[in-house]
Amino acid sequence: MPTRNILSKGGDWFGGEGPHHQIVVSSRVRLARNLSGKPFPGWAKKVERSAILDLIRPQVEGLPEMSEASSVSCQDLSALEKQVLVERHLISREHAAKGLGSAVVMNRRQTLSIMINEEDHLRMQALRSGLQLRAAFKAINKVDTELEEKLDFAFDSKLGYLTACPSNVGTGMRASAMLHVPALVLSDQINQVVQAVNKIGLAVRGLYGEGTEALGNLFQISNQTTLGEREEEILERLQKVILQVIEHEQNARKTLLQNRPNTLLDHIGRSYGILRHAYSMNSKEALNLLSLAKLGCDLGFYPDNQRRAVDELFMETQPAHLQKGSQKKLATEERDILRSDIIRKKLETFSAPDVDGVMRRGKEGSGAPADPDSAPGTRGQAPFSE
Amino acid sequence: MLCDVCKVETASVFLTQIVEGKMQKVNMCEACSKEKGVSDPTGFALADLLLGMGAAQPVERSAAEGNRCPKCGFTHSEFTKTGRLGCSVCYSTFSEGLEGMLKGMHKGMRHTGKCPERLQRSLALENEVRTLTQELRSAVEGERYEEAAALRDKIKTLESENLKAAGAGEK
Ligand SMILES: [Zn+2]
Ligand SMILES: [Zn+2]
Repeated sequence: MPTRNILSKGGDWFGGEGPHHQIVVSSRVRLARNLSGKPFPGWAKKVERSAILDLIRPQVEGLPEMSEASSVSCQDLSALEKQVLVERHLISREHAAKGLGSAVVMNRRQTLSIMINEEDHLRMQALRSGLQLRAAFKAINKVDTELEEKLDFAFDSKLGYLTACPSNVGTGMRASAMLHVPALVLSDQINQVVQAVNKIGLAVRGLYGEGTEALGNLFQISNQTTLGEREEEILERLQKVILQVIEHEQNARKTLLQNRPNTLLDHIGRSYGILRHAYSMNSKEALNLLSLAKLGCDLGFYPDNQRRAVDELFMETQPAHLQKGSQKKLATEERDILRSDIIRKKLETFSAPDVDGVMRRGKEGSGAPADPDSAPGTRGQAPFSE
Repeated sequence: MLCDVCKVETASVFLTQIVEGKMQKVNMCEACSKEKGVSDPTGFALADLLLGMGAAQPVERSAAEGNRCPKCGFTHSEFTKTGRLGCSVCYSTFSEGLEGMLKGMHKGMRHTGKCPERLQRSLALENEVRTLTQELRSAVEGERYEEAAALRDKIKTLESENLKAAGAGEK
Protein backbone atom coordinates (compact mmCIF):
# COMPACT_ATOMS: atom_id res chain seq x y z
CA MET A 1 0.00 0.00 0.00
CA PRO A 2 1.49 3.32 -1.08
CA THR A 3 0.68 5.07 2.21
CA ARG A 4 2.86 2.63 4.11
CA ASN A 5 5.69 3.45 1.73
CA ILE A 6 5.23 7.13 2.32
CA LEU A 7 5.34 6.56 6.06
CA SER A 8 8.50 4.49 5.90
CA LYS A 9 10.68 7.26 4.51
CA GLY A 10 11.07 10.94 5.29
CA GLY A 11 10.28 13.63 2.76
CA ASP A 12 12.63 15.39 0.39
CA TRP A 13 12.00 18.72 2.05
CA PHE A 14 13.83 17.67 5.21
CA GLY A 15 17.09 17.19 3.36
CA GLY A 16 19.08 20.04 4.85
CA GLU A 17 19.58 21.76 1.54
CA GLY A 18 18.49 24.94 -0.16
CA PRO A 19 19.52 28.55 0.38
CA HIS A 20 20.45 29.43 3.98
CA HIS A 21 19.84 25.82 4.97
CA GLN A 22 22.06 26.07 8.03
CA ILE A 23 19.63 28.39 9.77
CA VAL A 24 16.42 27.95 7.82
CA VAL A 25 15.39 24.31 8.08
CA SER A 26 12.34 24.51 5.85
CA SER A 27 9.85 26.77 4.12
CA ARG A 28 6.17 26.16 3.76
CA VAL A 29 3.30 27.90 1.98
CA ARG A 30 -0.29 26.84 2.39
CA LEU A 31 -3.45 28.06 0.71
CA ALA A 32 -6.97 27.70 2.10
CA ARG A 33 -9.81 27.29 -0.40
CA ASN A 34 -13.50 26.47 -0.16
CA LEU A 35 -16.24 25.51 -2.54
CA SER A 36 -18.71 28.26 -3.24
CA GLY A 37 -22.00 27.98 -1.33
CA LYS A 38 -21.20 24.66 0.36
CA PRO A 39 -21.13 24.53 4.15
CA PHE A 40 -17.60 24.66 5.58
CA PRO A 41 -16.39 21.32 7.05
CA GLY A 42 -16.99 22.36 10.65
CA TRP A 43 -20.63 23.22 9.95
CA ALA A 44 -21.46 20.64 7.28
CA LYS A 45 -23.46 17.59 8.22
CA LYS A 46 -21.76 14.21 7.81
CA VAL A 47 -23.53 13.48 4.54
CA GLU A 48 -22.68 16.90 3.12
CA ARG A 49 -19.05 16.55 4.18
CA SER A 50 -18.73 13.20 2.45
CA ALA A 51 -20.38 14.60 -0.68
CA ILE A 52 -17.90 17.50 -0.69
CA LEU A 53 -15.00 15.07 -0.27
CA ASP A 54 -16.29 12.99 -3.20
CA LEU A 55 -16.45 16.14 -5.29
CA ILE A 56 -12.95 17.39 -4.49
CA ARG A 57 -10.92 14.21 -4.13
CA PRO A 58 -10.95 13.01 -7.77
CA GLN A 59 -9.88 16.48 -8.94
CA VAL A 60 -6.96 16.52 -6.50
CA GLU A 61 -5.94 12.97 -7.40
CA GLY A 62 -6.10 13.93 -11.07
CA LEU A 63 -3.55 16.73 -10.73
CA PRO A 64 -0.37 16.16 -12.76
CA GLU A 65 1.61 16.82 -9.54
CA MET A 66 -0.20 13.91 -7.90
CA SER A 67 0.54 11.25 -10.50
CA GLU A 68 2.40 9.15 -7.93
CA ALA A 69 0.55 10.36 -4.91
CA SER A 70 -0.83 8.58 -1.96
CA SER A 71 -4.39 9.49 -1.21
CA VAL A 72 -5.81 8.29 2.06
CA SER A 73 -9.01 8.78 4.02
CA CYS A 74 -8.52 9.95 7.59
CA GLN A 75 -10.56 7.08 8.99
CA ASP A 76 -8.15 4.61 7.34
CA LEU A 77 -5.14 5.96 9.19
CA SER A 78 -4.20 4.70 12.63
CA ALA A 79 -3.50 7.19 15.41
CA LEU A 80 0.21 6.44 15.06
CA GLU A 81 0.25 6.96 11.30
CA LYS A 82 -1.53 10.26 11.73
CA GLN A 83 1.02 11.32 14.32
CA VAL A 84 3.89 10.44 11.97
CA LEU A 85 2.30 12.66 9.31
CA VAL A 86 1.93 15.47 11.87
CA GLU A 87 5.61 15.17 12.81
CA ARG A 88 6.50 15.46 9.12
CA HIS A 89 4.27 18.53 8.77
CA LEU A 90 2.20 16.76 6.12
CA ILE A 91 -1.03 17.14 8.05
CA SER A 92 -2.06 19.46 10.87
CA ARG A 93 -2.93 18.38 14.40
CA GLU A 94 -6.52 19.38 13.62
CA HIS A 95 -6.58 17.13 10.59
CA ALA A 96 -5.18 14.23 12.60
CA ALA A 97 -8.32 14.43 14.74
CA LYS A 98 -10.57 13.95 11.69
CA GLY A 99 -12.20 10.73 10.59
CA LEU A 100 -14.93 9.98 8.08
CA GLY A 101 -15.34 12.65 5.40
CA SER A 102 -11.76 13.92 5.46
CA ALA A 103 -8.70 12.84 3.51
CA VAL A 104 -5.14 13.79 2.63
CA VAL A 105 -3.37 13.51 -0.70
CA MET A 106 0.44 13.70 -0.70
CA ASN A 107 2.94 13.45 -3.52
CA ARG A 108 5.64 10.82 -3.32
CA ARG A 109 8.42 13.28 -2.47
CA GLN A 110 6.27 14.66 0.35
CA THR A 111 6.74 18.20 -0.87
CA LEU A 112 3.03 18.71 -1.54
CA SER A 113 0.17 17.78 0.69
CA ILE A 114 -3.49 18.57 0.24
CA MET A 115 -5.85 18.15 3.16
CA ILE A 116 -9.50 17.82 2.23
CA ASN A 117 -12.09 18.92 4.80
CA GLU A 118 -9.75 20.19 7.44
CA GLU A 119 -11.06 23.53 8.73
CA ASP A 120 -11.56 24.56 5.11
CA HIS A 121 -12.58 22.33 2.21
CA LEU A 122 -9.02 22.51 0.93
CA ARG A 123 -5.78 23.17 2.75
CA MET A 124 -2.99 22.83 0.21
CA GLN A 125 0.66 23.19 1.08
CA ALA A 126 4.07 23.02 -0.49
CA LEU A 127 7.18 22.30 1.58
CA ARG A 128 10.79 23.04 0.66
CA SER A 129 14.06 22.72 2.53
CA GLY A 130 16.00 25.89 3.29
CA LEU A 131 14.68 29.36 2.60
CA GLN A 132 12.56 28.85 -0.51
CA LEU A 133 9.31 30.65 0.18
CA ARG A 134 8.91 31.79 -3.41
CA ALA A 135 9.55 28.34 -4.84
CA ALA A 136 7.05 26.85 -2.39
CA PHE A 137 4.48 29.49 -3.33
CA LYS A 138 5.04 28.89 -7.02
CA ALA A 139 4.42 25.18 -6.59
CA ILE A 140 1.24 25.51 -4.58
CA ASN A 141 -0.06 28.39 -6.68
CA LYS A 142 0.19 26.18 -9.75
CA VAL A 143 -1.86 23.49 -8.01
CA ASP A 144 -4.45 26.11 -7.06
CA THR A 145 -4.69 27.42 -10.62
CA GLU A 146 -5.18 23.90 -11.92
CA LEU A 147 -7.88 23.13 -9.38
CA GLU A 148 -9.83 26.33 -9.86
CA GLU A 149 -10.52 25.33 -13.45
CA LYS A 150 -12.36 22.28 -12.11
CA LEU A 151 -13.82 23.48 -8.83
CA ASP A 152 -15.91 26.53 -8.10
CA PHE A 153 -14.02 28.26 -5.30
CA ALA A 154 -15.72 30.70 -2.95
CA PHE A 155 -14.34 34.10 -3.95
CA ASP A 156 -15.55 37.60 -3.29
CA SER A 157 -14.20 40.53 -5.33
CA LYS A 158 -13.79 42.60 -2.15
CA LEU A 159 -12.77 39.97 0.43
CA GLY A 160 -10.97 37.53 -1.84
CA TYR A 161 -11.00 33.81 -1.01
CA LEU A 162 -13.60 33.11 1.67
CA THR A 163 -12.48 30.85 4.51
CA ALA A 164 -14.10 29.26 7.55
CA CYS A 165 -12.09 31.50 9.86
CA PRO A 166 -12.05 35.24 9.07
CA SER A 167 -8.36 35.32 9.98
CA ASN A 168 -7.53 33.51 6.71
CA VAL A 169 -9.78 35.45 4.36
CA GLY A 170 -8.26 37.25 1.36
CA THR A 171 -5.29 35.34 0.00
CA GLY A 172 -5.98 32.35 2.25
CA MET A 173 -2.20 32.10 2.37
CA ARG A 174 -0.02 31.26 5.33
CA ALA A 175 3.69 31.26 4.54
CA SER A 176 6.16 30.15 7.17
CA ALA A 177 9.79 29.25 7.68
CA MET A 178 11.28 27.09 10.40
CA LEU A 179 14.44 28.67 11.80
CA HIS A 180 17.17 27.13 13.92
CA VAL A 181 18.59 29.94 16.08
CA PRO A 182 20.61 28.44 18.96
CA ALA A 183 22.98 31.40 19.31
CA LEU A 184 20.11 33.88 19.73
CA VAL A 185 18.79 31.65 22.52
CA LEU A 186 22.20 31.10 24.17
CA SER A 187 22.91 34.83 24.19
CA ASP A 188 19.45 35.73 25.51
CA GLN A 189 18.55 37.78 22.46
CA ILE A 190 15.68 35.63 21.29
CA ASN A 191 12.92 37.43 23.21
CA GLN A 192 14.00 40.73 21.78
CA VAL A 193 13.91 39.28 18.28
CA VAL A 194 10.51 37.65 18.82
CA GLN A 195 9.06 40.93 20.07
CA ALA A 196 10.48 42.88 17.15
CA VAL A 197 9.09 40.39 14.64
CA ASN A 198 5.68 40.39 16.34
CA LYS A 199 5.57 44.15 16.26
CA ILE A 200 5.65 44.20 12.49
CA GLY A 201 2.72 41.85 12.14
CA LEU A 202 4.42 38.49 11.80
CA ALA A 203 3.87 35.56 14.14
CA VAL A 204 6.70 33.69 15.85
CA ARG A 205 6.22 30.53 17.81
CA GLY A 206 8.34 27.71 19.11
CA LEU A 207 8.14 24.72 16.83
CA TYR A 208 7.67 22.11 19.50
CA GLY A 209 6.49 22.61 23.03
CA GLU A 210 3.66 24.72 24.35
CA GLY A 211 3.40 28.47 24.55
CA THR A 212 6.70 30.29 24.71
CA GLU A 213 8.82 27.21 25.30
CA ALA A 214 10.80 26.42 22.18
CA LEU A 215 12.48 23.05 22.00
CA GLY A 216 15.53 22.45 19.88
CA ASN A 217 15.92 26.23 19.41
CA LEU A 218 13.50 25.94 16.50
CA PHE A 219 11.12 28.77 15.75
CA GLN A 220 8.54 29.31 13.10
CA ILE A 221 7.94 32.72 11.57
CA SER A 222 4.79 33.26 9.54
CA ASN A 223 2.52 35.99 8.22
CA GLN A 224 -0.38 36.84 10.49
CA THR A 225 -2.55 38.78 8.06
CA THR A 226 -4.04 37.58 4.79
CA LEU A 227 -6.25 40.46 3.63
CA GLY A 228 -5.10 43.71 2.08
CA GLU A 229 -1.78 42.63 0.57
CA ARG A 230 -0.89 40.64 -2.51
CA GLU A 231 0.69 37.22 -2.03
CA GLU A 232 4.01 38.50 -3.37
CA GLU A 233 3.99 41.41 -0.92
CA ILE A 234 3.39 39.09 2.01
CA LEU A 235 6.20 36.79 0.90
CA GLU A 236 8.54 39.71 0.34
CA ARG A 237 7.88 41.10 3.81
CA LEU A 238 8.41 37.70 5.39
CA GLN A 239 11.57 37.03 3.39
CA LYS A 240 13.10 40.35 4.43
CA VAL A 241 12.48 39.72 8.12
CA ILE A 242 13.80 36.16 7.92
CA LEU A 243 17.00 37.43 6.29
CA GLN A 244 17.39 39.86 9.16
CA VAL A 245 16.90 37.12 11.74
CA ILE A 246 19.51 35.00 9.91
CA GLU A 247 21.92 37.89 10.09
CA HIS A 248 21.28 38.32 13.82
CA GLU A 249 21.83 34.64 14.43
CA GLN A 250 25.11 34.74 12.50
CA ASN A 251 26.30 37.74 14.42
CA ALA A 252 25.34 36.07 17.69
CA ARG A 253 27.36 32.99 16.67
CA LYS A 254 30.41 35.07 15.90
CA THR A 255 30.09 36.98 19.13
CA LEU A 256 29.78 33.77 21.15
CA LEU A 257 32.83 32.29 19.48
CA GLN A 258 34.91 35.40 20.01
CA ASN A 259 33.73 36.66 23.38
CA ARG A 260 32.46 33.60 25.24
CA PRO A 261 34.29 30.64 23.69
CA ASN A 262 34.20 28.63 26.93
CA THR A 263 30.43 28.84 27.22
CA LEU A 264 30.09 27.69 23.64
CA LEU A 265 32.68 24.92 23.92
CA ASP A 266 31.07 23.68 27.11
CA HIS A 267 27.69 23.40 25.40
CA ILE A 268 29.10 21.72 22.31
CA GLY A 269 31.28 19.31 24.30
CA ARG A 270 28.53 18.31 26.73
CA SER A 271 26.01 17.73 23.97
CA TYR A 272 28.53 15.48 22.21
CA GLY A 273 29.21 13.49 25.38
CA ILE A 274 25.58 13.01 26.33
CA LEU A 275 24.31 12.20 22.83
CA ARG A 276 27.01 9.56 22.40
CA HIS A 277 26.81 8.02 25.86
CA ALA A 278 23.31 8.39 27.28
CA TYR A 279 21.07 5.36 27.82
CA SER A 280 17.78 7.14 28.32
CA MET A 281 16.66 10.45 26.85
CA ASN A 282 13.33 12.21 26.61
CA SER A 283 12.27 14.04 23.51
CA LYS A 284 12.89 17.49 24.96
CA GLU A 285 16.48 16.72 25.94
CA ALA A 286 17.12 15.07 22.59
CA LEU A 287 15.91 18.09 20.62
CA ASN A 288 17.99 20.49 22.67
CA LEU A 289 21.17 18.40 22.40
CA LEU A 290 20.67 17.75 18.70
CA SER A 291 20.29 21.49 18.24
CA LEU A 292 23.78 21.96 19.72
CA ALA A 293 25.18 19.20 17.50
CA LYS A 294 23.65 20.98 14.50
CA LEU A 295 25.24 24.25 15.65
CA GLY A 296 28.52 22.33 15.96
CA CYS A 297 28.25 21.28 12.31
CA ASP A 298 27.51 24.85 11.23
CA LEU A 299 30.51 26.22 13.13
CA GLY A 300 32.93 23.63 11.77
CA PHE A 301 33.35 21.53 14.93
CA TYR A 302 32.25 18.50 12.94
CA PRO A 303 33.02 17.60 9.34
CA ASP A 304 30.23 18.39 6.92
CA ASN A 305 29.47 14.76 6.10
CA GLN A 306 28.14 14.29 9.65
CA ARG A 307 25.44 16.90 9.21
CA ARG A 308 22.94 14.58 7.58
CA ALA A 309 22.87 12.21 10.56
CA VAL A 310 22.04 15.05 12.92
CA ASP A 311 19.31 16.41 10.66
CA GLU A 312 17.74 12.98 10.35
CA LEU A 313 17.76 12.44 14.10
CA PHE A 314 15.60 15.52 14.62
CA MET A 315 12.81 13.65 12.87
CA GLU A 316 13.63 10.08 13.88
CA THR A 317 13.55 10.82 17.61
CA GLN A 318 10.05 12.31 17.51
CA PRO A 319 7.60 10.16 19.54
CA ALA A 320 5.59 8.72 16.65
CA HIS A 321 8.63 8.12 14.45
CA LEU A 322 10.24 6.21 17.32
CA GLN A 323 7.12 4.21 17.87
CA LYS A 324 6.45 3.25 14.27
CA GLY A 325 9.22 0.63 14.12
CA SER A 326 7.82 -1.23 17.12
CA GLN A 327 5.04 -3.75 17.04
CA LYS A 328 3.62 -2.86 20.43
CA LYS A 329 2.89 0.46 22.04
CA LEU A 330 5.88 1.64 24.03
CA ALA A 331 5.71 3.14 27.51
CA THR A 332 7.44 6.46 28.09
CA GLU A 333 10.53 4.89 29.71
CA GLU A 334 10.82 2.38 26.88
CA ARG A 335 10.64 5.18 24.36
CA ASP A 336 13.36 7.15 26.17
CA ILE A 337 15.64 4.10 26.11
CA LEU A 338 14.91 3.42 22.45
CA ARG A 339 15.55 7.08 21.61
CA SER A 340 19.01 7.05 23.18
CA ASP A 341 19.77 3.71 21.47
CA ILE A 342 18.92 5.17 18.06
CA ILE A 343 20.99 8.28 18.70
CA ARG A 344 24.05 6.34 19.95
CA LYS A 345 23.89 4.01 16.98
CA LYS A 346 23.54 6.79 14.45
CA LEU A 347 26.37 8.82 16.00
CA GLU A 348 28.67 5.81 16.50
CA THR A 349 31.27 7.09 14.07
CA PHE A 350 30.69 10.75 14.87
CA SER A 351 34.07 12.37 15.49
CA ALA A 352 34.74 14.50 18.57
CA PRO A 353 34.40 18.28 18.18
CA ASP A 354 37.43 19.75 16.47
CA VAL A 355 37.96 22.47 19.05
CA ASP A 356 41.52 23.34 18.06
CA GLY A 357 40.62 23.67 14.39
CA VAL A 358 37.71 25.99 15.03
CA MET A 359 39.66 28.19 17.44
CA ARG A 360 42.64 28.36 15.09
CA ARG A 361 40.49 29.34 12.14
CA GLY A 362 38.77 31.90 14.35
CA LYS A 363 42.11 33.51 15.26
CA GLU A 364 43.24 33.55 11.64
CA GLY A 365 40.70 36.34 11.31
CA SER A 366 38.21 34.85 8.91
CA GLY A 367 35.83 34.30 11.80
CA ALA A 368 33.56 31.34 12.02
CA PRO A 369 32.71 29.57 8.80
CA ALA A 370 29.57 31.40 7.94
CA ASP A 371 26.71 30.54 5.63
CA PRO A 372 28.20 31.50 2.28
CA ASP A 373 24.88 32.71 0.85
CA SER A 374 24.35 35.46 3.32
CA ALA A 375 25.83 38.87 3.46
CA PRO A 376 28.03 39.33 6.53
CA GLY A 377 27.34 42.68 8.07
CA THR A 378 27.43 44.01 11.54
CA ARG A 379 24.25 45.80 12.26
CA GLY A 380 23.07 46.99 15.63
CA GLN A 381 20.61 45.20 17.81
CA ALA A 382 17.27 46.37 16.56
CA PRO A 383 17.31 46.84 12.84
CA PHE A 384 13.91 45.22 12.36
CA SER A 385 12.01 47.16 9.85
CA GLU A 386 9.94 46.33 6.85
CA MET B 1 -52.24 32.35 2.20
CA LEU B 2 -51.08 31.30 -1.26
CA CYS B 3 -47.68 29.78 -2.09
CA ASP B 4 -45.27 32.47 -3.32
CA VAL B 5 -43.81 30.09 -5.89
CA CYS B 6 -46.75 28.40 -7.60
CA LYS B 7 -49.41 30.87 -6.44
CA VAL B 8 -51.91 27.99 -6.54
CA GLU B 9 -51.50 25.84 -3.46
CA THR B 10 -51.93 27.03 0.08
CA ALA B 11 -48.63 27.83 1.75
CA SER B 12 -47.63 25.63 4.67
CA VAL B 13 -43.91 26.37 4.95
CA PHE B 14 -42.86 29.84 6.02
CA LEU B 15 -39.32 31.08 5.53
CA THR B 16 -37.60 34.22 6.65
CA GLN B 17 -34.32 35.14 5.07
CA ILE B 18 -31.99 38.07 5.33
CA VAL B 19 -30.91 39.46 2.00
CA GLU B 20 -28.41 42.30 2.19
CA GLY B 21 -29.53 43.18 5.69
CA LYS B 22 -33.23 43.25 4.77
CA MET B 23 -35.61 40.63 6.02
CA GLN B 24 -37.61 38.80 3.39
CA LYS B 25 -40.47 36.42 3.97
CA VAL B 26 -41.23 33.58 1.61
CA ASN B 27 -44.26 31.35 1.91
CA MET B 28 -44.48 28.06 0.06
CA CYS B 29 -46.59 25.00 -0.34
CA GLU B 30 -45.27 21.58 0.64
CA ALA B 31 -44.65 20.53 -2.96
CA CYS B 32 -42.68 23.66 -3.88
CA SER B 33 -40.59 23.53 -0.74
CA LYS B 34 -39.49 20.05 -1.73
CA GLU B 35 -38.94 20.88 -5.34
CA LYS B 36 -35.25 21.33 -5.90
CA GLY B 37 -35.10 22.76 -9.38
CA VAL B 38 -36.87 26.06 -8.96
CA SER B 39 -36.21 27.75 -12.32
CA ASP B 40 -37.94 31.02 -11.62
CA PRO B 41 -35.10 33.58 -11.34
CA THR B 42 -36.79 35.34 -8.42
CA GLY B 43 -36.78 32.02 -6.64
CA PHE B 44 -33.00 31.75 -6.97
CA ALA B 45 -32.04 32.51 -3.38
CA LEU B 46 -34.89 30.36 -2.24
CA ALA B 47 -33.67 27.44 -4.29
CA ASP B 48 -30.20 27.85 -2.83
CA LEU B 49 -31.67 27.86 0.60
CA LEU B 50 -33.57 24.67 0.08
CA LEU B 51 -30.64 22.91 -1.55
CA GLY B 52 -28.29 24.09 1.18
CA MET B 53 -30.39 22.83 4.01
CA GLY B 54 -31.70 19.65 2.49
CA ALA B 55 -35.30 19.59 1.41
CA ALA B 56 -36.25 16.78 3.76
CA GLN B 57 -35.65 18.96 6.78
CA PRO B 58 -38.41 21.07 8.23
CA VAL B 59 -37.56 24.58 7.13
CA GLU B 60 -39.85 26.63 9.29
CA ARG B 61 -38.21 29.72 10.69
CA SER B 62 -39.67 32.41 12.85
CA ALA B 63 -38.81 36.07 12.40
CA ALA B 64 -37.35 36.06 15.89
CA GLU B 65 -34.43 33.97 14.70
CA GLY B 66 -33.56 36.83 12.38
CA ASN B 67 -29.80 36.64 11.99
CA ARG B 68 -29.45 33.30 10.29
CA CYS B 69 -27.55 32.55 7.09
CA PRO B 70 -30.14 31.90 4.36
CA LYS B 71 -27.74 29.52 2.66
CA CYS B 72 -26.53 27.27 5.45
CA GLY B 73 -28.63 28.13 8.51
CA PHE B 74 -25.65 29.28 10.53
CA THR B 75 -26.36 31.73 13.35
CA HIS B 76 -24.38 34.51 14.91
CA SER B 77 -24.37 32.84 18.29
CA GLU B 78 -22.69 29.85 16.67
CA PHE B 79 -19.99 32.17 15.37
CA THR B 80 -19.45 33.63 18.83
CA LYS B 81 -18.90 30.09 20.09
CA THR B 82 -16.47 28.77 17.48
CA GLY B 83 -15.03 31.81 15.69
CA ARG B 84 -15.70 29.96 12.41
CA LEU B 85 -18.41 30.72 9.85
CA GLY B 86 -20.87 28.29 8.28
CA CYS B 87 -20.40 28.85 4.55
CA SER B 88 -19.13 31.43 2.07
CA VAL B 89 -22.53 33.16 2.01
CA CYS B 90 -22.19 33.81 5.77
CA TYR B 91 -19.73 36.58 4.86
CA SER B 92 -22.56 38.64 3.39
CA THR B 93 -25.12 37.47 5.94
CA PHE B 94 -23.01 38.65 8.85
CA SER B 95 -21.08 41.35 6.99
CA GLU B 96 -21.96 44.09 9.46
CA GLY B 97 -20.45 42.37 12.47
CA LEU B 98 -17.51 41.03 10.50
CA GLU B 99 -16.30 44.35 9.20
CA GLY B 100 -14.92 45.62 12.49
CA MET B 101 -13.39 42.25 13.22
CA LEU B 102 -11.60 42.06 9.87
CA LYS B 103 -10.34 45.60 10.29
CA GLY B 104 -8.61 44.64 13.53
CA MET B 105 -7.25 41.42 12.09
CA HIS B 106 -5.78 42.40 8.75
CA LYS B 107 -3.62 44.91 6.92
CA GLY B 108 -6.41 46.18 4.72
CA MET B 109 -10.06 45.62 3.97
CA ARG B 110 -9.81 44.87 0.29
CA HIS B 111 -8.31 41.80 -1.37
CA THR B 112 -5.60 42.76 -3.83
CA GLY B 113 -4.10 39.34 -4.48
CA LYS B 114 -4.85 36.42 -6.74
CA CYS B 115 -8.21 36.20 -8.43
CA PRO B 116 -9.47 32.96 -10.01
CA GLU B 117 -8.62 33.04 -13.71
CA ARG B 118 -12.10 32.00 -14.70
CA LEU B 119 -13.53 35.00 -12.88
CA GLN B 120 -10.90 37.28 -14.41
CA ARG B 121 -11.79 36.06 -17.87
CA SER B 122 -15.47 36.69 -17.33
CA LEU B 123 -14.77 40.15 -15.88
CA ALA B 124 -12.64 40.94 -18.93
CA LEU B 125 -15.45 39.75 -21.18
CA GLU B 126 -17.96 41.90 -19.34
CA ASN B 127 -15.72 44.91 -19.77
CA GLU B 128 -15.37 44.23 -23.45
CA VAL B 129 -19.14 43.90 -23.85
CA ARG B 130 -19.58 47.21 -22.06
CA THR B 131 -17.17 48.97 -24.41
CA LEU B 132 -18.74 47.41 -27.48
CA THR B 133 -22.21 48.41 -26.30
CA GLN B 134 -21.08 52.02 -26.07
CA GLU B 135 -19.63 51.80 -29.56
CA LEU B 136 -22.86 50.26 -30.77
CA ARG B 137 -24.86 53.14 -29.34
CA SER B 138 -22.71 55.75 -31.04
CA ALA B 139 -22.83 53.78 -34.30
CA VAL B 140 -26.63 53.79 -34.17
CA GLU B 141 -26.69 57.48 -33.32
CA GLY B 142 -24.36 58.16 -36.21
CA GLU B 143 -26.58 56.00 -38.44
CA ARG B 144 -23.66 53.73 -39.33
CA TYR B 145 -25.92 50.70 -39.54
CA GLU B 146 -23.50 48.23 -41.10
CA GLU B 147 -21.01 48.86 -38.29
CA ALA B 148 -23.80 48.61 -35.73
CA ALA B 149 -24.90 45.23 -37.03
CA ALA B 150 -21.33 43.90 -36.84
CA LEU B 151 -20.98 45.18 -33.30
CA ARG B 152 -24.27 43.62 -32.26
CA ASP B 153 -23.14 40.23 -33.58
CA LYS B 154 -19.86 40.53 -31.76
CA ILE B 155 -21.60 41.36 -28.49
CA LYS B 156 -23.90 38.36 -28.89
CA THR B 157 -20.96 36.01 -29.42
CA LEU B 158 -19.13 37.36 -26.39
CA GLU B 159 -22.19 37.08 -24.19
CA SER B 160 -22.78 33.46 -25.12
CA GLU B 161 -19.09 32.73 -24.48
CA ASN B 162 -19.41 34.24 -21.03
CA LEU B 163 -22.46 32.14 -20.26
CA LYS B 164 -20.62 29.01 -21.33
CA ALA B 165 -17.62 29.90 -19.18
CA ALA B 166 -19.85 30.49 -16.17
CA GLY B 167 -21.66 27.22 -16.80
CA ALA B 168 -18.40 25.26 -16.77
CA GLY B 169 -17.81 26.43 -13.23
CA GLU B 170 -20.91 24.82 -11.84
CA LYS B 171 -19.59 21.48 -10.68
ZN1 LIG C 1 -46.33 25.97 -4.43
ZN1 LIG D 1 -23.82 30.39 5.60
